[in-house]
Amino acid sequence: MLQMIIVFVLMLTGALLMLLAGIGVLRMPDTFLRMSATAKAGTLGAGLILLGAAIYFNDLAIYTRALAIVVFLMLTAPVAAHMIGRAAYFDGVPLWTGTVQDDLHGHYRRSTHSLEADMVPLPEQVNEVVEADDYAEEG
Amino acid sequence: MSLFLLNILLALAWAALTGRFEPVNLLFGFLLAFALLWLAFRRRNEGRYFKQVPRVFELLAFFLIDVVRANLRLARTVLSPRMNLRPAVVAVPLDLKSEAGLVLLINLVTLTPGTLGLDVSTDRRIMYIHTLWLDAPEQFVRGIKQGYERRLMRILEA
Repeated sequence: MLQMIIVFVLMLTGALLMLLAGIGVLRMPDTFLRMSATAKAGTLGAGLILLGAAIYFNDLAIYTRALAIVVFLMLTAPVAAHMIGRAAYFDGVPLWTGTVQDDLHGHYRRSTHSLEADMVPLPEQVNEVVEADDYAEEG
Repeated sequence: MSLFLLNILLALAWAALTGRFEPVNLLFGFLLAFALLWLAFRRRNEGRYFKQVPRVFELLAFFLIDVVRANLRLARTVLSPRMNLRPAVVAVPLDLKSEAGLVLLINLVTLTPGTLGLDVSTDRRIMYIHTLWLDAPEQFVRGIKQGYERRLMRILEA
């Protein structure tokens, strides 16, 4: 009985997290914010659902597999988010107009793709923040 | 590290001897073996391991609490009609030097809802984090440094 309650709570929470991620994707105004909503809520939601499944079957083989899936998800999802975010920023995908601070601006060196801790000298500084009024209203 | 291996082997031995390979029993075996190893090795020059294990558990607990808190805030933001967003890309100076530490730090930050590790400067001095809610820049930077970086440094570089 207790086991079923735990399974129920875990699966429901996982599904709710995924639903939130979905709503977040629909409502967030720019790429980075949308990624913020999905990259982790997906991982955590999947993790909770897997844990629920493992507890439901209560078998070591299932536990091991669920753990392996969760570990690999947690290792790979942030890396993917980092690569997509980096590529998007580098390509000049506009940040939402409500963004209050952008410390990354002007730190990418276009010629070598390296990210400098200090400001890159002006001629290289091409990563202009494009005004994106229409963009924000689309969603 | 060899103590960690010994600890795992003892936990497996415990599970084998009790005949139950359930996660709870394995965890209990691990804690039992940890106490045993502490009794046996605490006077030798290997005290580091006995500090690291509790710190790993402490980091996990801190991370889980942070995740739950951030998830609740994310839920409130996403569901409110006027999303209270204050997104920002914040530069966080790094003290952590090891590669494994950096990977762990940026993964933990990304897995916390609301923050996204965008990039680390090529010379590994600064980490750029995208956040959904920037209340106060100094406070945010301090939160990352005190919360995750300090804990990771105490585990990896102590």
